[in-house]
Amino acid sequence: MTRLSGVPLKFTFDGRELTGYLGDTLASALLANGIHRVATSIKHGRPRGIFAAGVEDSNALVQIEKPFPEPMLSATTVELYDGLEARGLRGQGRLATEPDPARYDAKHAHCDVLVIGAGPAGQAAARAASGRVLLVDDQPGGQAPDGVRFLSRTTAFGVYDDGFVLALERRGEPAAPERISRQRVWRIRAKRIVLATGAHERPIVFPDNDRPGIMLASAARTYLNRYGVLAGQRVVVFTTNDSALEAASDLAAAGAEIVRIVDAREGHGVIGTDGDTHITAAHVAKLGELEGERVPCDLLLVSGGWNPAVHLYSQARGTLRYDGGLGAYVPAGDLLNVTVVGAAAGEGLPETKVLWQVPAPESEVDTRFVDLQRDATVSDVLRATGAGLRSLEHVKRYTTIGTAHDQGKTSGMLAAGITAEALGVDLADRRPTTFRPPYTPVPFAALAGRNRGELHDPVRVTTIHPWHVGHGAEFENVGQWKRPWYYPRPGEPMADAVRRECRAARNDVAVMDGSTLGKIDVQGPDAGWFLDMLYTNMMSTLRVGRIRYGVMCGVDGMVLDDGTVIRVGEERFLVTTTTGNAAKILEWMEEWLQTEWPHLRVFATSVTEHWATIPLVGPRSREVLGRLAPDLDVSNEAFGFMTWQDAEVAGLRARVCRISFSGELAYEINVPSWHGPALWQSIVDQGATPYGTETMHVLRAEKGYPIIGQDTDGTVTPQDLGMSWAVSKKKADFIGKRSFARAENNRPDRKHLVGLLPVDPAVLLPEGSQIIESETVPEPPVRMLGHVTSSYDSAALGRTFALALVRSGRERIGETLYVPVGDDVVPVTVTESVLFDREGARRDG
Amino acid sequence: MTVEVVEEKFRTQLTVRLRGGESLLGVDLPGPCAFTSGNGVDVLWMGPDEYLVLAEPGRQTELEAALSRESDAVVDVSAQRNVFRLTGSRRADVLAHGCSIDLETAPPGTCVQTLLARTGIVLLVREDAFMLLVRQSFSDYFEAWLADASLEYVP
Repeated sequence: MTRLSGVPLKFTFDGRELTGYLGDTLASALLANGIHRVATSIKHGRPRGIFAAGVEDSNALVQIEKPFPEPMLSATTVELYDGLEARGLRGQGRLATEPDPARYDAKHAHCDVLVIGAGPAGQAAARAASGRVLLVDDQPGGQAPDGVRFLSRTTAFGVYDDGFVLALERRGEPAAPERISRQRVWRIRAKRIVLATGAHERPIVFPDNDRPGIMLASAARTYLNRYGVLAGQRVVVFTTNDSALEAASDLAAAGAEIVRIVDAREGHGVIGTDGDTHITAAHVAKLGELEGERVPCDLLLVSGGWNPAVHLYSQARGTLRYDGGLGAYVPAGDLLNVTVVGAAAGEGLPETKVLWQVPAPESEVDTRFVDLQRDATVSDVLRATGAGLRSLEHVKRYTTIGTAHDQGKTSGMLAAGITAEALGVDLADRRPTTFRPPYTPVPFAALAGRNRGELHDPVRVTTIHPWHVGHGAEFENVGQWKRPWYYPRPGEPMADAVRRECRAARNDVAVMDGSTLGKIDVQGPDAGWFLDMLYTNMMSTLRVGRIRYGVMCGVDGMVLDDGTVIRVGEERFLVTTTTGNAAKILEWMEEWLQTEWPHLRVFATSVTEHWATIPLVGPRSREVLGRLAPDLDVSNEAFGFMTWQDAEVAGLRARVCRISFSGELAYEINVPSWHGPALWQSIVDQGATPYGTETMHVLRAEKGYPIIGQDTDGTVTPQDLGMSWAVSKKKADFIGKRSFARAENNRPDRKHLVGLLPVDPAVLLPEGSQIIESETVPEPPVRMLGHVTSSYDSAALGRTFALALVRSGRERIGETLYVPVGDDVVPVTVTESVLFDREGARRDG
Repeated sequence: MTVEVVEEKFRTQLTVRLRGGESLLGVDLPGPCAFTSGNGVDVLWMGPDEYLVLAEPGRQTELEAALSRESDAVVDVSAQRNVFRLTGSRRADVLAHGCSIDLETAPPGTCVQTLLARTGIVLLVREDAFMLLVRQSFSDYFEAWLADASLEYVP
């Protein structure tokens, strides 16, 4: 017999070197080499063979070893290629420990009609469809009608709402060329879906029905007609319908001897088999008799009828109806945008006698396998019904039938039938188990696609980022942003670098990249009123040219965000938010503008990335700014604290704000982001020391400035932070005001933000540490007073310090509390949150 | 080339808010998910009362002044997004790897805000090119993604 292409391929299975042909599956190549036994059953260790010829196979799981390890693939779906090395599995395989070198990707496609399945019904549907038609089929090769886009080797595995379908395309084995993906997930949006997914043949359950050499009748026919492989020479056929007779006829024509046809419709059945690693005989008897005639054979074909492949229809929320003539569930009807045609709709399938299992003698070990992969038997089903389970879904969970890689394609209907028999109920009254995506196993590598390595998640960077990289910065992740954390000199430890940067900011001049700070332009005649409602303090009274710090609360009165507001014009403000909250605050504004106050004439626009924002900090910052902006009067009188001016800085049009997040004399210089690198370089050239987020945190913490989201969670009010001064008593209303009157908000034992000084000035408290009242840790439950929110080593204070949320914290100032750290309990003194320059003497330089 | 991308740097970009109205700078306002062009500018529909005006580099001051006379609010956002021009016969294929918009049927004049892989983009369909506006901080990711997605289509 000529096999396939005639192009030979060498492969290895279980250590044996074998030859197959281009076009083979691993299963067909093994059968051609006379190998039926492929795997070992997971629970009982029984030899298992090739049972089907497609995705419905429940038995022949293999581990691919080369070219790249892949576990638990079905030999019936692995296309053979030169150099393939595989071995049979008992249950689980092994995952590769090295990275997969192959490329996987995804692609979107759109069509008017998606036809799934390129058999006769699918071909006819594709031909009849108009508009953009896409035909997908899981087999290699094949053709599509003219004008129809065709994807072969493509398995539609998930149908979702609104015509969304996921399909996996196998594009090349062993490994595609470097630039071509090996597998691709197609994300298809179809106006209409035609399911031409065919049907799967159903086996019959009998004792010892799992031996290698027992296979579905249609599978033997496929191996013969598609792959040129005759799966056996002496064939017994056990059937309930006519389709197996056609298979027998084909095999006979190819030279096999059909030893016996056992037709259940004539009252006969197979009630057992002989054989060790391969079937040697079938026991044939009248149905109901428990002793049978031994009929020698090397292939037993089984057909118990056909199950329409309704998986995708069911995923699309289609209702299934039991068809007593087929012994299977069929689609109850077309859906709004889903049509089912051909065998998948139950059309053209042979009438069958419905026979789930043959009557068999009791035996000690039940070998009547319902789910071959799970080693689950008729006894397991009866144990479930005996335990009182009546729903097919519950029986599935109890027995695990239908939960293996094949998801019960051959076993699910049998389990349903046997359950119904045991309960004495009609399957028409039982709801079948739910079909969920994926229809066939999909590798995680394919689902991950190109979202690996640097493409795993976007890294957001400022325009000045290349300078930071070039100057050895270490980076910190803040949301998706990479921010310079600190700038170590060669060999300099982090603690030393941060101390050096802090000293520069406190004693000299330092500069940081603050471009990630959220910025929102708020304009319109009602902008002042709007900001008065959004912030706890008054913004409408701010004069043009001035800046005010503000706190925002949620409707629950808890702090949401903080930042500065600068008044650009009579009807225009620029609001800054914390880095992590930029998008959230814009959405917050839009929510109020669009849903509560649509009458307001206020327009909010994100300008976060339009501006590069560069704080220039330290006693010498005035001098540096003066040199860079010779036309700007930088004196304290002309350019006071919390004011802003437009000016030319380093030859660039800039907006300069005199604000400080460190307590030092400081300016924040804003230029369009594309000018960020030039401004930065000019400032650094003036001798300013670059500093990162760690130094920023130390400087602000020394001044007791909280970071929203670090020193607060969703339970902290402005009053808890000691910011009653930022809560207006004059305004009639603002978001959160009502909640401040709640009894809970006025409890004296709320947690307050305070400072903590470890009694030993060298001990650095871990952030998150709990705070207790006693010198030793008492028996649980231990009363927690609060926790450490920020903790640093301070160059300015010459010691360590921390910020913490502590119950009645402000009343405890001066007290000693305790912080368990590992096996130690560290005594700490409670202080005000402002630890450095309490008088604010430094901000004017 | 089957696919080619060029960054158009320093373009003037102004966010304009306008409730009602028929035109901006003498250009008819676009409807939803569209843009209109004329008088050296493109007017992009960004939302029910929000437009983005695109023009040659350096026209910020001039256009801001003109636009503020005929709208409710104008904001210079020129440096907010980077502008890329994607051309070549396979340009739609490349974007289809990460963009769920049906580019085969989107007519010239289409303007949508959507996702390209994991970054938001503004996508304009011109006769011979796609224009892509990408938030400046996502540009490195965008460029890396685009180079990777193009691998199959470039020699």
